[in-house]
Amino acid sequence: MTNSLTRRSMITASLGAACVATLPRGALALTEAGARTLVDNLVREINRVIASGGSLGAMIAGFEGIFRKYGDVDLIARSTLGADANRTSAAQMRAYTDAFRGYIARKYGKRFNEFIGGRIEVLGVRQVKSWYEVQSRVILRGEAPFDVRFLISDRSGRNLFFDMVMEGISLRLSERSEIGSMLDRRKGNIDALIADLRQSG
Amino acid sequence: MTGLYNFFAPYASRAIVCAVALTLLEACAAHDPALTRSAPYDPYEESNRINHERNKRVDRAVLRPVADGYRAFMPDDLETGISNFATNLSLPGAMVNNALQGNGVGMTSDFYRFLINSTLGIGGIIDVATRLDMPAATDADFGQTLYTWGVHEGPYVELPLLGPSTSRAAAGRVVDMFTNPLGYVIEDPEIYYVAGARVSRALSGRGRYSESIDSVLYDSADSYAATRSLYLQNRRFKVGNGGSDAYLDPYDTIGSSTAGQTVRPAVSANFEDPYDQ
Repeated sequence: MTNSLTRRSMITASLGAACVATLPRGALALTEAGARTLVDNLVREINRVIASGGSLGAMIAGFEGIFRKYGDVDLIARSTLGADANRTSAAQMRAYTDAFRGYIARKYGKRFNEFIGGRIEVLGVRQVKSWYEVQSRVILRGEAPFDVRFLISDRSGRNLFFDMVMEGISLRLSERSEIGSMLDRRKGNIDALIADLRQSG
Repeated sequence: MTGLYNFFAPYASRAIVCAVALTLLEACAAHDPALTRSAPYDPYEESNRINHERNKRVDRAVLRPVADGYRAFMPDDLETGISNFATNLSLPGAMVNNALQGNGVGMTSDFYRFLINSTLGIGGIIDVATRLDMPAATDADFGQTLYTWGVHEGPYVELPLLGPSTSRAAAGRVVDMFTNPLGYVIEDPEIYYVAGARVSRALSGRGRYSESIDSVLYDSADSYAATRSLYLQNRRFKVGNGGSDAYLDPYDTIGSSTAGQTVRPAVSANFEDPYDQ
């Protein structure tokens, strides 16, 4: 038992992996109902944060907790770096992901202020390529509701959201543009970018 | 001779407007940038950036302080009422554009919204339709009509004072000065009240979303690139009626049974799978 990594187990594991890779899309572990449940839970927690009407710090912490629990932060962080992710060391990537999570929590947690008295309502789910798009709307007092979509995938190994699209504006794609500008300002220096990120948002 | 000139003057100004609109449209014909979301088609970046800096200066010096003052001075209900009034008067223009797009559903829902808000909502001051959970206003404009007619988006432009746009949207704006039938019906003094209400609505918007707008304009690493990215994403969403796949699967019973109101087309249909990168 000490040497459990035998050739046989390796072959079995790789065969298993090959089977999983060739499964048709319909056989994804993530189902429409699963994607919807995930967003229902996520929305319930967001609504709780909005309704609590806590201080700014509490709202930011609340948003960071939700982002960490339901979002694929590693993937979102990596994809905002774009091609620059390829020249980033593992240690830099960890530091970047960490700084990015805090930056997102501060930047978007602040916005939750504007949602006080409002709520989010889930409307429907549809499958797009390898993910599910869950449509919801934000209902605010005295204003027309606006559209928010959560994109859910299980390709990380868990059911997580990898993007949030508000009135067509994708958080991931917008942050990619913003991170790109921040990196340009630092002439491509990743460490300087990480230091900047810890201060912004 | 002067009589003849006076007779032709309105037509002359319209001809100039048409010429401007056509020039803008020609710029759209060359290239379809909507294919790539990540790299915006922005050949005029240099002059756009100059306009952007000017617009930021105007915002800082005039628009933001005036909007903040307006919001502080006006009671909230009155402000919402004026803004609703202006929005309601834009509906007939949207109805014309819906008709030009062949969007009967949108035209009908905008018509009922206009009818309800103009009567029960006392001339549009109260947005009864939204409270009754009627379908949202389509906000159809001529830029969107051009999209449904197959005109390409064209290059990104940042207009002086008016802000971010595309050539197609800018051409649409020019034409929309004439698409609202109310523009021909409302007489001289009243038309200025309408214009005033529209300005008030714009000020309300600047004030209400003050923090969000400030964060883009003044806290971004590159406010030009951030504005461009946000504008283009949002504009494509609006133009595609809330989704980027304009063609719904006719066999998709789930999609069609609830279509129009609640479940709109997917927005992420053109996205690349980030797990593949």
